[in-house]
Amino acid sequence: MTKNITLAHGNGGEENNELIEGVFYKHLKNDYLKKSEDASLIEGGRLAFTTDSFTISPLFFSGGDIGKLSICGTCNDLAMMGAAPKYVTLAMMIEEGFEMKTLDKIVRSIKKELEVCGAVVVAGDTKVVPRGSVDKLFINTSGVGVVELEGISASNLSVGDAIVVSRDIGAHGAAIYANREGIDIESTLKSDCASLWPMVKALKDAGIKPKEMRDATRGGLAAVLNEWAKASDVCIEVEEASIPIAQEVKGICELLGFEPTALANEGTFVLALDPKDVEKTVEVLKTFEQNEQCTMIGTVTDEYKQKVTMTSEWDTKRFLDMPTGELLPRIC
Amino acid sequence: MPKQELDLFKVFRNPEHMKALAKLIKKESKTKIRVMEVCGGHTHTIMKYGIPQILPDTIEFVHGPGCPVCIMPKERIDHAYILSQQPDVIMVTLGDMIKVPGSHGSLAQARSKGADVRFVYSPLDVLKIAKENPEKKVIFFAIGFETTTPMTAALVDQVVKLGLKNVLFHINHVTVPEVMKELLDSRDEHVDSYNNRIDAFIGPSHVSVITGSKVYEQFPEKYKRPVVVTGFEPIDVVEGILMIVRQVNDGRADLENQYKRSVSYDGNTTAQAFINKYFDQKDLFKWRGLGNIPKSGLKLRDEFAHLDAEKIYDDVLPKEEIEDHKLCICGDILRGMAKPTDCQVFGTACKPNKPIGSCMVSSEGACAAYYKYGGVLR
Ligand code: SF4
Ligand code: SF4
Repeated sequence: MTKNITLAHGNGGEENNELIEGVFYKHLKNDYLKKSEDASLIEGGRLAFTTDSFTISPLFFSGGDIGKLSICGTCNDLAMMGAAPKYVTLAMMIEEGFEMKTLDKIVRSIKKELEVCGAVVVAGDTKVVPRGSVDKLFINTSGVGVVELEGISASNLSVGDAIVVSRDIGAHGAAIYANREGIDIESTLKSDCASLWPMVKALKDAGIKPKEMRDATRGGLAAVLNEWAKASDVCIEVEEASIPIAQEVKGICELLGFEPTALANEGTFVLALDPKDVEKTVEVLKTFEQNEQCTMIGTVTDEYKQKVTMTSEWDTKRFLDMPTGELLPRIC
Repeated sequence: MPKQELDLFKVFRNPEHMKALAKLIKKESKTKIRVMEVCGGHTHTIMKYGIPQILPDTIEFVHGPGCPVCIMPKERIDHAYILSQQPDVIMVTLGDMIKVPGSHGSLAQARSKGADVRFVYSPLDVLKIAKENPEKKVIFFAIGFETTTPMTAALVDQVVKLGLKNVLFHINHVTVPEVMKELLDSRDEHVDSYNNRIDAFIGPSHVSVITGSKVYEQFPEKYKRPVVVTGFEPIDVVEGILMIVRQVNDGRADLENQYKRSVSYDGNTTAQAFINKYFDQKDLFKWRGLGNIPKSGLKLRDEFAHLDAEKIYDDVLPKEEIEDHKLCICGDILRGMAKPTDCQVFGTACKPNKPIGSCMVSSEGACAAYYKYGGVLR
């Protein structure tokens, strides 16, 4: 491992895993952490518990803001374990000089998103730090949820399972890059930032039991699929043409040399399902406006174990690897 | 993004068209041809779209040296690292350059230890940084082939015209025809012969937009190697291969242009003049994996020496050469004599996040592309 932390250690990909293994697991590993799920099940599996920290530039982007993000992020981790988000803690590190009006706007956005999830803030903390110590505002949230769908786990996948994605991928990552770099895109490119619990609840109400669900945040679709392939010791084969990607997202990727499959999402999740549940799942998820493009993208096989392969429209195959490094624009 | 441009995806990745071209190649290709795609952008297309899998075994790709990041020798990265440690310096470079390790670490690591290192999308963004930080020295670590050189020239031009006092340059621009020549001319240390196994070239797309296809004239003429300048889309590459197959079948070695929609014979003469105004050929430039290549690198002209960070920081910058790693066989890979999988440390000691040799540095390098996309899939 390198001597100092680099930005690559926070990418959700390979270096990130090295850091977790080499430092945190080294000292702290236990039965809960070992499972490396989005949230840990506690109290005999009745409750799910998780935490997440948020820093983003710009604080307001098309499709959301840091406040909305801080609630979606944590509540989505709970939802992905089949748990209804209930109690949230909210901690803020604020840079000296931050505008009161802006803070108020962010907190209003937090309130609105809590209502969507059905959760409340039960404890909070604020620290104000000298100018330059943090970039404007950092938020940490933790959440507790009550498990309503049991038995969801990354090690559940078996040969024959279907892989479904809830909507078109990469919108959050692409929108943030476009906003940050002032890339003029005459379009409606918006972050997918959204709470997923209502969707999971709809699935539950329809009697569907996903084997595994995960929101494709940092590291994108590629990271989720690779983690599953490893955890379940299987091969996941996806069809490139079936992965829904908005034209604007493709455009940004082409421009900067990114892979849409490595871009972050904040309201997009991937499901592993018994094939007989696919049709119903897609139908239920499509009742949500943003999931118009929900579709099956691949299947679980045993061809290249612990690997993800992607087949092109002209039937060539390649590995879809875990994203590595910091996402950086291509030079030529 | 203009609508029309987006629709191009459909045209250049049309699966039916792809399959039809592949079929023609299968039918017509008789003899083995080792085709070097000179440019990293092509390597990327070829690996990402799995092009070798739809072509017959007679077509073998030799992945070329065409990535300005991969070929940057450690000495130069060390320069960048050391410059970033100087007082009141803001080190600026382009995208993926910042993650390449030198002997002290990468620029990203320098940044994590507190150095002010930034990346920009376009060299002209340096102007803004310089204006916002008048008390700092902004050093632009310029890299790239002929594609990016005009943009650096435009930055030099602005710095001169605006009389900015706080922008300096560390120039690492390299040129494509010289390295192609070197690959054909040079003596390979490992097998001690002039052998290379490059039968034909796929010429770069973006580089050729600037240089024009004229710069490759020497290869068919003097070396009897067909050159087809080709676009970056998968269909372009496959069409380029078909043109090469037909040349070989006819016993021809010609310079052909598949990428007519953007590349002309003379290229962008305005950009060429701009480059000449500010830059001059260096006698030697060292390429990681290939060694010193005559006239393959650029430097600022003497009139602009006062902008040259290499001159101004001369006393702190090391001059010793750093040998490439003994086990690395990049040189052979680039000459078509070996495949990445022939290397003892491929995928074990040498991986994309800790590269030993140049071909593993960026995803456009042969070894990294094999590793990442599974060049072994058939
Ligand atoms: S890594 Fe790719 S984009 Fe970056 S310099 Fe090399 S060839 Fe160009
Ligand atoms: S695997 Fe690494 S050491 Fe081996 S040839 Fe490739 S770059 Fe060099």
